[in-house]
Amino acid sequence: MRLERRVHRPALLTLGAPLLALAFALAVAGGLIALSGAPVIEAYKRIAIGAFGSRLAITETLTRATPLILTGLAAAVAFRARVWNIGAEGQFYIGALAVAALGNVLPFSAGLLLGGALAGAVLLVVPVLLRLRFGVDEVVTTLLLNFIVLLFVSLAIEGFLRDPLAFGWPQSVPVPSEARLGKLIEKTRLHWGLVIAVGVALAVFAVNRFTVFGLQSQAAGANADAARFAGVPISRTLIGVACLSGGLAGLAGAIEVLGVKGHVSTALSPGFGYTGIVVAMLANLSAIGVIFAALFVAAMFVGADGMSRALEVPSFIADVTTSLALLAMLVALFFTNYRVAR
Amino acid sequence: MNELLDILMSAGLWSSTFRIATPLIFGTLGALLCERAGVLNLGIEGIMTFGAMIGWLTVFHTGDLWLGVAAAAGSGAMFGLLHGLMTVTLGLSQHVTGLGITLFASSLSYYVFRLALPVQGTPPTVEPFANWVVPVLSDLPGIGPALFNQTPLTYLAIACALVLAYVLARTPLGLAIRITGENPHAADAQGLNPLAIRICAIIAGSALMAVGGSFLTLAAFNSFFPTMVQGRGWVCIALVVFSTWRPMRALLGAVLFALFDAWQLRLQTAFGKALPYQLFLMLPYVLSIVALVVMARRARVPQALMKPYRRGER
Repeated sequence: MRLERRVHRPALLTLGAPLLALAFALAVAGGLIALSGAPVIEAYKRIAIGAFGSRLAITETLTRATPLILTGLAAAVAFRARVWNIGAEGQFYIGALAVAALGNVLPFSAGLLLGGALAGAVLLVVPVLLRLRFGVDEVVTTLLLNFIVLLFVSLAIEGFLRDPLAFGWPQSVPVPSEARLGKLIEKTRLHWGLVIAVGVALAVFAVNRFTVFGLQSQAAGANADAARFAGVPISRTLIGVACLSGGLAGLAGAIEVLGVKGHVSTALSPGFGYTGIVVAMLANLSAIGVIFAALFVAAMFVGADGMSRALEVPSFIADVTTSLALLAMLVALFFTNYRVAR
Repeated sequence: MNELLDILMSAGLWSSTFRIATPLIFGTLGALLCERAGVLNLGIEGIMTFGAMIGWLTVFHTGDLWLGVAAAAGSGAMFGLLHGLMTVTLGLSQHVTGLGITLFASSLSYYVFRLALPVQGTPPTVEPFANWVVPVLSDLPGIGPALFNQTPLTYLAIACALVLAYVLARTPLGLAIRITGENPHAADAQGLNPLAIRICAIIAGSALMAVGGSFLTLAAFNSFFPTMVQGRGWVCIALVVFSTWRPMRALLGAVLFALFDAWQLRLQTAFGKALPYQLFLMLPYVLSIVALVVMARRARVPQALMKPYRRGER
């Protein structure tokens, strides 16, 4: 058996392969649901109802998708330039913490969002500088920074940012209500953050498609040596990518605080940073695709929550399905570019 | 200052150092083996989690501790095979595949664990490995009581380091692995099969990682809980760089790291009132990053690391 690059990419395959990958992941998840003794079709039905079955369900799914769009974009812009930013979780939390810390100094949304994004950007620029200057692999440093930041958040909300009125719960002081993001639909949790996230996705798409920086970052990722030879300033481009990627993840944290919680705790993110990697890969690193991938992942999580309560299937099934979809998608995308030759 | 030194001299500190080091030794050796063959295995965090879960579950149902270790190794090998098929046979991105396997393996462990044991008030426990006291050696002054009064898995970890060091440096098999990691084209020209060598190295390395995970539930603690691996896998990836890809230095690095971790735990109890405990918990991660920065310049990375090999393609 030999693998060879396809000369032509059949259109049907380009469209069909990702769907096939999703179908595969859902089928395996079905097998795992069957293991728990729950009826599989019923479980799928309940996942769909839980995610899209009512007005409230739809707004919950969209609320959940909002940070995922941004962390997905963070991973997508970084991976396109081969900057392996696995630290979106830490950048998310540092962005959130910046909002809590600045809340009473800059009590308006735009300033706080910018502050959160800046904090996230700084947190990624450091490991990227370490890579450029000392050759330290950013995968490990960004991963380790996640743990450091989470401990720092815990330190802050038990120390200098502690809310004295929270009955001993470790959480930060609340942000002033005038700085919080407005509701998109009354009596739901859906907030203006969704509009911001989608707008940012469109902006990232435009940057990738129409600007010199977008081209340079793609070139730096595709072949750094060739790009350098063609006159692309690699270091400057990668630092720019780091600012953008870290900024997006920091913005996600800021929006989650201003839109949903109003304060920071160590339970703010159920792994939004890590799930962002899944979202980016499901979207094949396309900025527009990230919106849809985030919707799919959010729907899985929100739907599985409802389903697991009703049928007593562990809600971890959503994590299993989305991570399996990521692996299947990698293989599917490979076979749109390669074929088996005899 | 005297207080700091007193802590450093106590036998209890060194005893817990080797206990903390054990999973790191297994994990670092596993990651090192994969990287020596040219493959970065970021599945380590998830594979350790799954090893911890399946090892515990096996012992919970059968009561046989070694069967638990074997089950962990087997599960690690399966994830290694998956990693190998994707990164070696298909040549997919090692970063993304590894992270995908980490996410998949850890979420699958939580799912399977919940399936096997619905939520209960107090988590059930197993009878963990007892310490094996090595007769004469444990009476040695100084290091004796600390190093030779440990669970068998600790001795196994040290033995693995010795064996791997010998195999990599002194045997034809080790040479084949190293050629594959440095230059798979040359390996192919020598009549070796670089793809098969890489896949086998990943399988064996992943099995070691999973055994390291099982130490957590079968010796260090006696129950399984989510997120118990706590970034140990990522620390191992950093330790591989620190070790400059040599097994004996990996052993040394893991022990040094563990010594530091054990020391900060004791500092925490000594100075916990004056400083927030999170600062102490951060130290090991900060230390890993500092070690990476210091070692990065001196590191001799396997030349073909992270470069997929396809016959007939350059």
